[in-house]
Amino acid sequence: MLSRREFVTLTCSAILSFSLPAWMVQKVLASFRESSENPKWGIVVDVSKFGRLSYEEMLKVVEVCRREHNIPVIEGKDRIHWIWLSKLSEIFPKNLSEKSRLGDVLVPVFCNHCENPPCVKVCPTGATFKRYDGVVEQDYHRCIGCRYCMAACPYGARSFNWRDPRPYIELVNPEFPVRTAGVVEKCNMCSERIDRGMMPACVEASKGAMLFGDINKLESEIAEILNSDVFLRCKEYLGTEPKVYYLL
Amino acid sequence: MSQFRMLVLCLVPLILAGSIAYYFQLTYGLTVTGMGREVSWGLYISNFTFLVGIAASAVILVLPYYLYSYREFRSLALLGEIVAICAIVMCMLFILVDLGRVDRVLNIIRYPSYTSVMFYDFIVLSTYLLLNIGVVTFILKGRSEIAKLLAVVSIPWAISIHTVTAFIYSGLVARSFWNTAILAPKFLASAFASGASMMIILGMITKKYTGLKIENEALLKLAEIGVFAMVCNLFLAGVEIFTSMYSANPEHVTHYLYLFFGIENYGNLTSMWWISVILGLAAVILLIIPTTRRDKVFLAISSTFILVSVWMDKGLLLIVPAYVPSPTGLIEEYTPTILEILISAGIWALGILLMAFAIRSVSRYKFVLYQR
Repeated sequence: MLSRREFVTLTCSAILSFSLPAWMVQKVLASFRESSENPKWGIVVDVSKFGRLSYEEMLKVVEVCRREHNIPVIEGKDRIHWIWLSKLSEIFPKNLSEKSRLGDVLVPVFCNHCENPPCVKVCPTGATFKRYDGVVEQDYHRCIGCRYCMAACPYGARSFNWRDPRPYIELVNPEFPVRTAGVVEKCNMCSERIDRGMMPACVEASKGAMLFGDINKLESEIAEILNSDVFLRCKEYLGTEPKVYYLL
Repeated sequence: MSQFRMLVLCLVPLILAGSIAYYFQLTYGLTVTGMGREVSWGLYISNFTFLVGIAASAVILVLPYYLYSYREFRSLALLGEIVAICAIVMCMLFILVDLGRVDRVLNIIRYPSYTSVMFYDFIVLSTYLLLNIGVVTFILKGRSEIAKLLAVVSIPWAISIHTVTAFIYSGLVARSFWNTAILAPKFLASAFASGASMMIILGMITKKYTGLKIENEALLKLAEIGVFAMVCNLFLAGVEIFTSMYSANPEHVTHYLYLFFGIENYGNLTSMWWISVILGLAAVILLIIPTTRRDKVFLAISSTFILVSVWMDKGLLLIVPAYVPSPTGLIEEYTPTILEILISAGIWALGILLMAFAIRSVSRYKFVLYQR
């Protein structure tokens, strides 16, 4: 026969093992509901305009981001990038011929702020999440540093703080948090600026080669361009629905 | 028990070295490992994956013994449960040392995310650990009917810990090397192969150094299960390679090319892959031929071959190629650092020590074993 203690233990575990999954299913279902009235921010990169910038002007786009977000300058395997320059042939290898004149054009590459972000789906603590306005954001204070999101991101947009970043930051911007060692970070589409009604720093520094706007709003400039021109998005076939558009 | 003391004396320095190495990792960050921006998982996660398999494979002993009353597995089933407990403890340690902010690990419970496979993996691993601790405790208390109930309940959990672990990888659209449905069945096959081999070796050692009675019949049965699972494992590996290579989807092919031959001077996993295949095939041949299977020495050798082969195949050969080349086409290789190896060795030493202590104390409960 069971003793009283064993009976109580077994009953409790039985109740838990049934109620816990039910509660989880409910939570998952709730996460699917989403409002369509919110803005949905997107960025258009005008490849030909950007290609006409001088190399210094292109680097400026990377530099302003670095200064705005306290991104450390580290070489080698520990490097951290939010936005970087890449050849068009490298991000769209399937859309360009091998000798394409466009292949060597440099373009800015950064987080695509996917509508279906694989990184958000896999994060075990909700440290990375999609905001109401579609920005994929990282909580540096909740991240446990498991790097599952880095495995899940098809774009290599995420970096991990393999060491303390502070010694590698030249001038700390007190407006933005400096990360600790052991957390993941990424482009946040300058959500801290968006919330103050400003444009992302890279867009501002791009001399019109990049456009920022609400892709949900029909009368916005960005929606106008997306509805009338041909654009490419990185690895569209994966179904992640990037919100960064490369205009050709 | 002088041999036991020798074992402890060998393991303790390793544990100490691992702890010191971990102190360095805590101080300087994960930069002391070979992992980097492009290859962001390495030796720790490799060992984790392998050990989840070892933990899950206790089921090959538990299922025949408790469900089909296969009496020969009487003492081995208890060993299997102990191995499962130790393996899960090691798994959890490997995850802990891999975390960037280990101080925040409880965030997994405080802010659970129901869309993350890792959360479910945490749940099934903890449940399986608790169930096995329950089984062993109740056996030692002599409450075999409750032990049996818990053991039977633990069977689906054993399958699910390894399935969910496979889902961690196969659910990622970004990593075409992992993104295949065959990963979970292959994990189970290789787990049963490595688990059977581990139990054969452990059974031989236990038989020699403790009073625990383990029949040769049981070890041979385990060898049969192990070789069958290993054949399944190799078959599933072949199926995956054929599908990837023949359909020639470049995103799949490039990882295999890297594994088989290396890409442009980068190929530090190539020899490991070939060794893993050759060891696996050799073990299968040795275990299929009845004369070599019944020979104790050959049985031990082929079991070791399977263990090593699966450890490679489900470790570095599974994790690293998914990152090389990276989704953006970069090729950056991974080599574990000395500190990383020391930490891993320390965790292994701790697990083996735990196992040795548990087996030694259980072997003194002989009377319990024969009452079951």
